[in-house]
Amino acid sequence: MRIWIKNGRVIDPGRFEGVADILIENGQIAELIPEGEKNNSPKAAEYNQDRVINARNLLVVPGLIDMHVHLREPGQEYKETIETGTMAAAAGGFTAVCCMPNTQPANDCAQVTRFIAEKACKCGHAAVYPVGAMTMGLKGKLLAEYGDMKEAGAIAVSDDGHPVADSQVMRRALEYARGIGLPVISHCEEASLSCGVMNEGPVSTKMGLAGIPNAAESIMVMRDIALCALTKSSLHIAHVSTRESIDALRAAKKKGILVTAETAPHYFTITDESVFGYNTHAKMNPPLRNSQDLKAVRKGLADGTIDVIATDHAPHSVMEKQIEFDLAANGITGLETALPLGLALVSDGVLTLTALIEKMAVNPAKIIGLSRKITPGAPADLTIIDREEKFTYIATNGYSKSKNSPFDGWEFTGRAAYTISGGRITYERMNTVDG
Amino acid sequence: MMAWTKKDILDIESLRANEIELILETAVGMYEISERPVKKVPALRGKTIVLFFVEPSTRTRISFDIAAKRLSADCVSISASSSSIVKGETLMDTAKNLEAMNPDIIVVRHSSAGAPHFLARNLKACVINAGDGMHAHPTQALLDMLTVKRKFGRIRDVNISIIGDISHSRVARSDIAGFTKMGAVVTVCGPPTMIPVGIETLGALVAPNMDEAVSNADVVMMLRIQKERQKDMLFPSEREYAALYGLTAKRLRLLRPDAVIMHPGPMNRGVEIAPEVADGPQTVILDQVTNGVAVRMALFYLLSGGRHNADMD
Ligand SMILES: [Zn+2]
Ligand SMILES: [Zn+2]
Repeated sequence: MRIWIKNGRVIDPGRFEGVADILIENGQIAELIPEGEKNNSPKAAEYNQDRVINARNLLVVPGLIDMHVHLREPGQEYKETIETGTMAAAAGGFTAVCCMPNTQPANDCAQVTRFIAEKACKCGHAAVYPVGAMTMGLKGKLLAEYGDMKEAGAIAVSDDGHPVADSQVMRRALEYARGIGLPVISHCEEASLSCGVMNEGPVSTKMGLAGIPNAAESIMVMRDIALCALTKSSLHIAHVSTRESIDALRAAKKKGILVTAETAPHYFTITDESVFGYNTHAKMNPPLRNSQDLKAVRKGLADGTIDVIATDHAPHSVMEKQIEFDLAANGITGLETALPLGLALVSDGVLTLTALIEKMAVNPAKIIGLSRKITPGAPADLTIIDREEKFTYIATNGYSKSKNSPFDGWEFTGRAAYTISGGRITYERMNTVDG
Repeated sequence: MMAWTKKDILDIESLRANEIELILETAVGMYEISERPVKKVPALRGKTIVLFFVEPSTRTRISFDIAAKRLSADCVSISASSSSIVKGETLMDTAKNLEAMNPDIIVVRHSSAGAPHFLARNLKACVINAGDGMHAHPTQALLDMLTVKRKFGRIRDVNISIIGDISHSRVARSDIAGFTKMGAVVTVCGPPTMIPVGIETLGALVAPNMDEAVSNADVVMMLRIQKERQKDMLFPSEREYAALYGLTAKRLRLLRPDAVIMHPGPMNRGVEIAPEVADGPQTVILDQVTNGVAVRMALFYLLSGGRHNADMD
């Protein structure tokens, strides 16, 4: 398939920024032709296109990667499947996702990894990079076979959702993963401190809900940084939500420790006040924090302490959300709202567009050992964004099987117009095709 | 007289001061009924009240039950063991089942904070929160306010000290909200393990120690100490708790002579309150029980659309 993307405003962080045409052939970028050099391109003229995308006034950026999603397959297909989850990803502008291993059974061996990879090849609308379990059954006791899982397609290991309490296990996981060449993604939570259902503070006090203090996260962030320094392995901290964690990360990076970190859009957009009314769509782990933490997350993104924006897309059915708050499941969907929420950061002056693209495409790729660039020969993974389109997000109209979003009904400006993964158009919003 | 407009009684925060006043005034009118030889008026004849208790409670349920019967309502009690909650039915299923019985008022006690709000959103019937998790117990706060009002003739500027496990107490939360809304001064005291973060944002002061908390108070409200909390490491032993935060006979002497002692019950004699203090002349614990029936009658009456002092005989 040949695709000609015409006159888009291309942002390829660190390499190119300007209006250009992009030619795609056989799943790869064939050519990037800056405006004004078109006559020098013999190919463009003679190209027999299958598809022409008029990208005037649209942004063309390296394909977005969400390095933290829960696709729920195998085992909990009533919440999400690889097919529906990747369709939601494509609609949200993501060309690839990394799926966490807390499926049923857990992705702690090559067979499960292979199942996910094969299923994704067959019916996925985005590239799926499985994250293998750090320990068998996510139990925090015995290491899983990282080598085998890598062979089957795993790009990282994590016990996401199940904090590793035993520091020796964490140390060994980091060391062993270094030998295999996989990064470790850590869900930082001190379980003995986190026996609550929302952020601890005036809001939890008012609502009579048990609180989770910031320290439940930051203690483990500090421990893992210490272990990262000890093992010299590559460590990635998942869903950072507190100011103390960000301070610790900033100090660690200053010292040259090889740690990276992500946050999720909800942590830089809403606070624990969203829980008022016992709104279970504002319940997740780590919990929504207060406005000081929100500011710190934004600052951490702006100064580079936080490398990645990932959604922690955690679909749950109505059965798990339309119940008592303290019994409701943790987590919200995020694939279809992340890009608009990220673009809002640009409008707010927190990030430049280029920085946003780095955090949603370039940096996650780097962490999982891929690259994202718009140069001839590179895989044709591109996201084409309409910066101007205003829309109301209605969760029930979304592609995800689950509708548990606190952003239901929000007004947004900017979304994906086309998503191209591996040279294939996996999503398109408009039908503006011309010759 | 203002008209009653609220559908539900979910927490004190959602009541305006003049609504609280109306409830208290209506409750005063209810005393007369409770003192008659035939303690019954036909005000709620033909109305159905469901007492839906998903957490065990005898006192509160009986108080609501008596209140309903004195107003001639048909009152049905569903408790956790007899309802299908235990069989994996969701709260939504339960709500729909309750709705199908066409009740006029549902009184709900639930171990999860916010469960009555959930029911109120999904049901046409009026919902009264009879205690939800650690969140709220509005009828307790109303009866406490009625008790104070009858003792002191006012609520404004009365000094209320609440002693004990504020963190886990829905009574404390609702009392703080109610008394501060009506102009009283509320101070809390307890070991720091039992004082939740940001309590001052609710309008309460924090006393550094028990002696200070009781010596200035017009009302000392002692909360029940649950033995299970020892496991949560909120206090090392009942003995030490009683010594540091209990209302002992010795501490009683610090109290103003006209101060009163309240307790939402049931008491833990010898822990938060010494037996001789519990039985002493300054306690108004039994008045609280009587006022509880009056306040609950008032709420049933108002929620059923009754107008103040009409249809009463
Ligand atoms: Zn996690
Ligand atoms: Zn996760």
